[in-house]
Amino acid sequence: MSHYLSIENVDKHFERDGVTSQVLRGINLNVARGEYISIIGHSGCGKSTVLNIVAGLIESSNGAVILDGKEVRQPGPDRSLVFQNHSLLPWLTVYENVALGVDKVFKHSKSKSERHAWTLHNLEMVNMTHALHKRPSEISGGMKQRVGIARALAMQPKVLLLDEPFGALDALTRAHLQDEVMRIQSELHNTVMMITHDVDEAVLLSDRIVMMTNGPAATIGEILTIDLPRPRSRLALADDPRYNQYRLAVLSFLYEKQGKVVEAVA
Amino acid sequence: MNAEVKKLHSAAQAVAKAQVKPPVMAKLLKNARRFVLQQCLPPVVIGALLLLVWQLVCSGKGAALPPPTQVISDTWELIVDPFYDNGGNDKGMAWQLLASLSRVAYGYALAVVVGISLGVLVGQSTWAMRGLDPLFQILRTVPPLAWLPLSLAGFKDSYPSAIFVIFITAIWPIIINTSVGVRNIPEDYRNVAKVLRLNGVEYFSKIMLPAAAPYIFSGLRIGVGLSWLAIIAAEMLIGGVGIGFFIWDAWNASRISDIILALTYVGIVGFCLDRLVAMVGRLVTRGTSQS
Repeated sequence: MSHYLSIENVDKHFERDGVTSQVLRGINLNVARGEYISIIGHSGCGKSTVLNIVAGLIESSNGAVILDGKEVRQPGPDRSLVFQNHSLLPWLTVYENVALGVDKVFKHSKSKSERHAWTLHNLEMVNMTHALHKRPSEISGGMKQRVGIARALAMQPKVLLLDEPFGALDALTRAHLQDEVMRIQSELHNTVMMITHDVDEAVLLSDRIVMMTNGPAATIGEILTIDLPRPRSRLALADDPRYNQYRLAVLSFLYEKQGKVVEAVA
Repeated sequence: MNAEVKKLHSAAQAVAKAQVKPPVMAKLLKNARRFVLQQCLPPVVIGALLLLVWQLVCSGKGAALPPPTQVISDTWELIVDPFYDNGGNDKGMAWQLLASLSRVAYGYALAVVVGISLGVLVGQSTWAMRGLDPLFQILRTVPPLAWLPLSLAGFKDSYPSAIFVIFITAIWPIIINTSVGVRNIPEDYRNVAKVLRLNGVEYFSKIMLPAAAPYIFSGLRIGVGLSWLAIIAAEMLIGGVGIGFFIWDAWNASRISDIILALTYVGIVGFCLDRLVAMVGRLVTRGTSQS
C-alpha cells in the first residue's frame, strides 16, 4: 500500500500550570491515496486533536505528519477542513464564501473567469446553485454544510478533513448528505479523513475505520477494513450480513472494550 | 333632484374606483395609516401634553422661565432666518450649529481612525493589551472638560483645543469596543484564515473588520454621542462661533428663550448624529451579527 498520508509516532501533551496531560500517545496511521478513513471514538478521546494536527492547526509534541512526501508544519489549502459548525463567514454570500478560497488558492494558476466557473462548478456539485447570493443566515443547516463541503472541495486539497461534518444535522438531512458525499467521492476519489461518532455513518462511508481508545493518552485501538462493494446503498446494506458484522465489530469495540473506562470516569 | 342623483352617482363611481385600486396601493395606505397611528401618534400626544403643562406652569406672574408661546415669539427671528450673518459672533442658528458640527467632524474622524487602529492593536496583541489597557482604563474616566486647560496650554489656540477635546472624548469607547470585537473573533474564522493562508492585509480586510464590525459600530455610536456632549461644554469655555458659546452668550444677555431654542436644536442634532451612525452601522454590518 502506498503511503500518501502518514502519521508517524505522533504524541500530544498539553501543559497547564506545570501539570502535563497527555492526550495522544503513539499514533501511527498510513493512508493511501483516494482512501476514505473514519476515526471513531468516545468524545474526549482526542480524535479532533488528531485531525487538527493533520490540518496543522495544532502542533504535535512528538512525531510527524507526512503528506505526499512533505512534512506538515502549518495549515494550508492542501488540507482543507469541513467544520462541524460549518464556519461559513456570515457577511459573505454562499458564492463569496466559496470564491474566497478559490481566489486565494488559484490566484496565479487560473484566470478570473476560470475561477468563477470553478466556484460555480463546486457549488453545482453540492446542489447549491439555487442560493448563490443568499447569506448563511438565510439557508438551512444542511445547506450550510453543503456550502462548507463545496468550499473545501474547491481548494482541490490533497486530503479532505471532515470534523463531524454531519453531527449537528437531523437524521434525514444527515442521510441525504452522506449519500451526496458518497456520490462526490465516487467521482473525485479524494483522500478523506473523517471524524465521527456515528457507527452507521462510519461503516457506510469508509474504506477503513480507525477506532481510538479512551483518553488520557489515547491511541489507535483497532483498524477495521470495510470490504463492501461500491457504490453502496443504505437500503441494500441494511440487510447485508457483512454490513451488520462490521457494525457489530465497531459497537463491541466502543461499548465492550472501551465502554468500562467511560463508566469508571463518569 | 336631478343634481342630487348625479352627485350620488359620481360618489358611487368614486367608491368603485377606490375598490378597483390595485391591492398593493391599498396595502401601502393601510400600512401608512397604521404607522401614523402606532408610531407617530403617541409622541405627538405626549409632546402636546407636556407643552400644555409647561404653558400653564410658566404663564403665571413671576415665573422664572418663559412659556412656549413666549419662547416662539421671542425667537421667531432666529427660527425664520437661520442663515443671517452680521459678522463676528452674530450669526444665524444654522451657522452656529454648523460650526459646532465641523469641530465634531474633525475630532470624531480623528478618533475613529486612531481609535480603530489602537483597538485592533490591543485586540490582536496580548502584550499591547497588558501594556495599554491600564492606561486606557484610567484615562477614559477623565471628564472631557478636564482636558481643555491642558490642550489650550499645548496648542495655544482654542480651535485645535476644542477638536482635541472631542477626539479624546470619543476615542475611548471606540478603542475598547474595537479591541473586544477583535478579541471575540470566533476561533473558526481564524482557522479558515489559517487554512487559506490569508496574509495580514487580507485577514484584516476580509475577516477581522467584518467580524468585529458590530462591536466597532456600537463603539462609534457611543463615541459620537459623547463628542456632541463634549463640544457644547467645550465651546462654552472657548467662545467664538458655535452653539455652545451661543447658549452661554444668551445666558449672559438673559435671553432665556434663545437658550431654550438652542437646546431644542442641540437635542435634534444629537439625535440625528446617533441615528446616522446607527444607520451606517446597520448598512455595513448587514448579516454580520447573525450566523
